Amino acid sequence: MTTIFNWSSETECTAEVALGNPSRRDFLKVGGMALGGLTLAFALPGTNRLAQAAVGTFQPNAYLRIATDGQVTVTCGLSEMGQGVHTSIPMLIAEELDADWSSVRVEQAPVDKAFNNPYFKMQATGGSTSIRAHWQPMREAGAAARSMLVAAAAQTWKVPVSECRTESGQVIHGSGKSLAYGDLVTTAAKQDVPAKVVLKDPAQFRLLGRDQHRLDTPPKVDGSAKYGLDVRLPGMLTAVLARSPVPGGKVVSFDASKAKAVPGVRQVLQIPNGVAVLADGYWAARKGRDLLDIKWDAGPLASLSSSTISKMFTDAASKGGALARANGDVSTVKANHSIAATYEAPYLSHSCMEPLNCTASVTADGVEIWAGTQSQGPAQGILSHVAGVAPGKVKINTMYLGGGYGRRFAPDFTIDAVLLAKAAGKPVKLVYTREDDTRAYFYRPAGVTQFSAGFDQAGEPIAFTAKVSSPSLMEASGFMKLPADGVDNFAVEGTRDQPYEFPNLRIEYARAEPGVQIWFWRSVGHSQNAFFVESFIDEMAAAAKADPYQFRRKLLDKEPRHRAVLDLAASAADWGKPLPAGVHRGIAVAESFGSFVAEVVEASVSADGGVKVHRVVCAVDCGHTVNPQIIRRQMESAIIYGMTAALYGKITFKDGRVEQGNFDSYPMVRINEVPRIEVHIMQSSEHPGGVGEPGLPAFAPALGNAIFAATGKRLRQLPLNTSELKRA
Amino acid sequence: MTTITVNGKAVTVTATPDTPVLWVLRDELGMTGTKFGCGMALCGACTVHLNGEPVRSCSLPVSAAAGHKITTIEAMSVTPVGSAVQASWLALDVPQCGYCQSGQIMSASALLAKNRTPSDGDIDQAMAGNICRCGTYNQIRAAIKDAAASMSGRG
Ligand code: FES
Ligand code: FES
Repeated sequence: MTTIFNWSSETECTAEVALGNPSRRDFLKVGGMALGGLTLAFALPGTNRLAQAAVGTFQPNAYLRIATDGQVTVTCGLSEMGQGVHTSIPMLIAEELDADWSSVRVEQAPVDKAFNNPYFKMQATGGSTSIRAHWQPMREAGAAARSMLVAAAAQTWKVPVSECRTESGQVIHGSGKSLAYGDLVTTAAKQDVPAKVVLKDPAQFRLLGRDQHRLDTPPKVDGSAKYGLDVRLPGMLTAVLARSPVPGGKVVSFDASKAKAVPGVRQVLQIPNGVAVLADGYWAARKGRDLLDIKWDAGPLASLSSSTISKMFTDAASKGGALARANGDVSTVKANHSIAATYEAPYLSHSCMEPLNCTASVTADGVEIWAGTQSQGPAQGILSHVAGVAPGKVKINTMYLGGGYGRRFAPDFTIDAVLLAKAAGKPVKLVYTREDDTRAYFYRPAGVTQFSAGFDQAGEPIAFTAKVSSPSLMEASGFMKLPADGVDNFAVEGTRDQPYEFPNLRIEYARAEPGVQIWFWRSVGHSQNAFFVESFIDEMAAAAKADPYQFRRKLLDKEPRHRAVLDLAASAADWGKPLPAGVHRGIAVAESFGSFVAEVVEASVSADGGVKVHRVVCAVDCGHTVNPQIIRRQMESAIIYGMTAALYGKITFKDGRVEQGNFDSYPMVRINEVPRIEVHIMQSSEHPGGVGEPGLPAFAPALGNAIFAATGKRLRQLPLNTSELKRA
Repeated sequence: MTTITVNGKAVTVTATPDTPVLWVLRDELGMTGTKFGCGMALCGACTVHLNGEPVRSCSLPVSAAAGHKITTIEAMSVTPVGSAVQASWLALDVPQCGYCQSGQIMSASALLAKNRTPSDGDIDQAMAGNICRCGTYNQIRAAIKDAAASMSGRG
């Protein structure tokens, strides 16, 4: 596989962030409307924050400032892609600040080291890390500000700080007198930033753990929220790019005469990834692009097909590979009886509702982009390399993301936009058509896993093996390397660490590389591995003639958090109690991203093989909760995303070409198919876990297990091949 | 040159006659509340009202809209049904990424303008053309019912 870009090792998030150019901001007022409730900030001071803070503002750190009217502005370095981070990060700060929640607003940060994700050491959003990584630092930022406000009030009143407390945007003295935070701004700004702060005992939380309205809802219901695709710059051209229909293919020659004849087409440019038509607007650019006559050299993958890919994985899994984990010795086990099964999952596209796009401007002063990106920090380094300028000369404006799911962590679309803007000598908005987006690779890896299990005479499982074959996502990422043991962490996550206790166990990883660029997709390796493992565990339960819930429960004796969510989901779903005729249950449990999730799916199968999902009961333990409503919605969101993958999702290749394009060939679950979904959140005082992804893995196996309960047929492939369920 | 009426205002646009209304709105008029999702009438992100009926603006040539009334998300707050729908969307915090929501609100308000007491089947039928990749469907259904209830409450 060719790595198509270089992540600079040190992403050099320099603090070169000037105050926003006001004229630029005016250009972002489009359609005669000002920006909505959320101002996308182009204006946060980077270094010398205190010096640059506007007069009359208290800004103790990069993450918040308080104005004289008491308004608290939280600057969020994480990208809002629907997961609610523009609400939950402000909640962490507001809790420790004792802010009045109704006076809190949020703005998007520029690129600055201050906003590096502590888990990634770069400014990026993904891996369900936002709350896990910022739980402490954001609370500390709020607590520091609070302590300076208390010091300011104490100084004003000439009383000891110990006589003051805070509540809802005010410092209150023991005598009953109070000062609003807004009135303390000037004095607070003169206080020393405390070296250490004391955080609240969670029992004292007023905001955290309680539902709060999202701060980004208002602009998202009146059409004023600005996504990357909504950016408009003066003199801007819209580009639609013809990319090789086969991965890694190259342009041999092209004829642009027909494209150039389309009214509104201004330029036709070749870049390494293809040929772009640049026009006054999308429609002309798209028409022109479709009229390009390009001769491609398809390259080495010209005959790539899904059947050869599948065979490659199956052969590799059969051979086995690097040892990922072993307990006991499976080779010496004398099983009374055993079972074996092969599971397979396809490539998947992320298919965000907002097609990929990026607007770029390249001038003598440097590079500026506007994009929905999950990786603005590394993008700064990458784009500086692409444009041949210093990283400090690259300014990234993070817009709202019309979905991310990992796809917008990749920098490919920003690179092409910068190359086009540089070549065009004008600002360029590169827009993917839906078909372009579906065919733009960076897919969830396909793969095969082969399992076997052995039982003793009493029917107890005594051996478990899994041979995993898939490409290496670590290598594909460009910023990680396959470890010395040869085991890709993402390929085996959820399989290597499967939670059940077996006296003899062996997990192997056999790398196979068909050559398709793969990427992080919602819940990453767990997205297929939970389906494989939890379906096979169900097969083991059936082989042991045991109830699938009780079978799991017994093997989870040493995994209390798995067991607790399993119990909660089972009891909330009335496991074991009768259901309406034809409706059957399936259960699955999976840990991912620091959270534990169990799901019970109720489904029925019609005579023609049609699967209907009636109800999903989900139990989640994600540690301390920030905003339970967002947690419930993220579970539901991931379940529906997983349902599309379970029932429909597949990217297939024929003659090197992706066979899917628009939503007719890559369908999505729609409102009429959606089941009732109930989410139960465990009370927990553990460190927070992720919530954006962990709801997904358990769904497909719980559905497959329900289908098995309904029909006795075990579907071992994703998407579930429901045509096998047809009754003659 | 084509003259269309957008949110009550007559505007003359220079886009070629085959240009879909979506791109006239977004690229020529700078009204970006209406979204592009598929370009093939498969996702509903681009839904606007044409004389009150929900249509997919990505597949409606501007020539076919000449002389007709187009209403977009930008004008929803001034219609009684649109504002009730938006209020319910706010109360229930329906959006996640939000990208599909202009289209969802346009489809929902067209439904409620005709049917003040939609059944689940009515909602399925009216909304099945609108994809939400974030999976906010159950909140959309609840918000439509909430808006219906609030409008009947107001008489
Ligand atoms: S963009 Fe028009 S229906 Fe999808
Ligand atoms: S809210 Fe993201 S696509 Fe609907």
